[in-house]
Amino acid sequence: MNAPPGIVLEGQHRIDGKLLFDAELQLPDGQWTCLLGRSGAGKSTILRLMLGLETGGEFSGTFYATDQAPLEGRISYMAQSDLLLPWLSVIENVCIGARLRGDDLNAERATELLKRVGLSDYADQKPSSLSGGMRQRAALARTLFEDRPIVFLDEPFSALDAGTRADMQELASEVLANRTVLLVTHDPAEAARFAHQITVISERALHNWPVPTTPTLRGINDPATLSCQAMLLDHLRAVTP
Amino acid sequence: MKFRDTIIALLIGIGIWQALVVLTNAPHFILPSPWRVAKAAFESRVVIADNAWVTITEVLIGLVIGTVLGVSTAVQLALSKTAERLMLPILVFTQAVPVFALAPLLTLWFGYGIWSKIIMAVLIIYFPVTSAFHDGLTRIDKGYRDLSISMSAGKLNFMRHIQIPNALPSLGTGLRLAAVYAPIGAVIGEWVGASKGLGYLMLLANGRAKIDLMFASLIVLACITVLLHIAVGMLANRLTRYAQGITPDRK
Repeated sequence: MNAPPGIVLEGQHRIDGKLLFDAELQLPDGQWTCLLGRSGAGKSTILRLMLGLETGGEFSGTFYATDQAPLEGRISYMAQSDLLLPWLSVIENVCIGARLRGDDLNAERATELLKRVGLSDYADQKPSSLSGGMRQRAALARTLFEDRPIVFLDEPFSALDAGTRADMQELASEVLANRTVLLVTHDPAEAARFAHQITVISERALHNWPVPTTPTLRGINDPATLSCQAMLLDHLRAVTP
Repeated sequence: MKFRDTIIALLIGIGIWQALVVLTNAPHFILPSPWRVAKAAFESRVVIADNAWVTITEVLIGLVIGTVLGVSTAVQLALSKTAERLMLPILVFTQAVPVFALAPLLTLWFGYGIWSKIIMAVLIIYFPVTSAFHDGLTRIDKGYRDLSISMSAGKLNFMRHIQIPNALPSLGTGLRLAAVYAPIGAVIGEWVGASKGLGYLMLLANGRAKIDLMFASLIVLACITVLLHIAVGMLANRLTRYAQGITPDRK
């Protein structure tokens, strides 16, 4: 994997002519940006735009990688739903990207990644026998298998229970270190712990939020984290989506 | 338990039949008793088996060809939006033509042999298989599509590794319908013009007032259809279990 590039996005997105957001976003290279906002504010739309996915609207503007190379094929994606294929074993799910591209399956690498997310014993099982947290760990291994310098996470932990979510967050922060990460979330606590940069989307605009100076991954009871979290929550409650 | 219930239901059915014979006092060339039918079935077992074999062959070949055609059409439609736009209305329109009405034409074109019956069976199952499978191929979690786009997947690989396995339960539904329709197609083909098959035997027996033989043929036909239905049902369940990742040895 080469040094991860940053990403710059500028432009307006409209749905049926109605402005969803007028954005200026910079994702610093090799760092975590948390994009925070209420439901319907357009968080996922920004992520989907850059991934080249259907957004149900029209974007006028531009986005590019700071190293000027095309973005295509350099972003891996993890969604809220684990999207594991039920008929494949866990390890086959991890290498599904290789299958879909018609590449050679690198089973060795997949095994190593499963070990890294703590699922070695489940490699040959079907996803239906896994718990929600384990399924999301398998999805994380699949994201890592793509080995891309940029990773987009669309609320990947929001359906998990609090304990599992904290475990998953710590695991993700560890295994995705040094990549350019965009984490879309509606959870201020998640943003306050993870982010090198917090970007809030409200009132159809994006602005950066002051981040605690302590290094990530910040402790749950770290005072700077807690106050950042509280202020974020206040802000989100005050704005209309 | 289920087997016992089936036997009981069967005995009740035969009981009602026998009661009808006794109560209506119908002559045996109108409504033969169960015993008479059993006797006719035994006496004509070779003739029935010969003709049943022909019908079974027609049905099975028809099922295979119809399924292959239906599956490939569905894949084609799901791959190409243009094909979908052009073909779907045509397919639906052809369904407005009662396939039975085509039987004389098929006999004219393909003769009295088994091929006109096979084609009849193919025509009758082609649409249910195509439409069920096409439905399964296109009704897919949008997330899978997003994921595969982000993974730079090719269209064909997406079809092969995600869409098709995901649609197997729907194919199972189509096959279940096909298993019921295919014998109907074959028998209608035989009624219109044939020198072999259970449909032919029934007409022949009817013409010669051998109603007991006709009943025997009818019952054999029903048994074949039920067995086929069970076999295809088992296959369909397997497809569904596979797609849901449920292995048979683990509950």
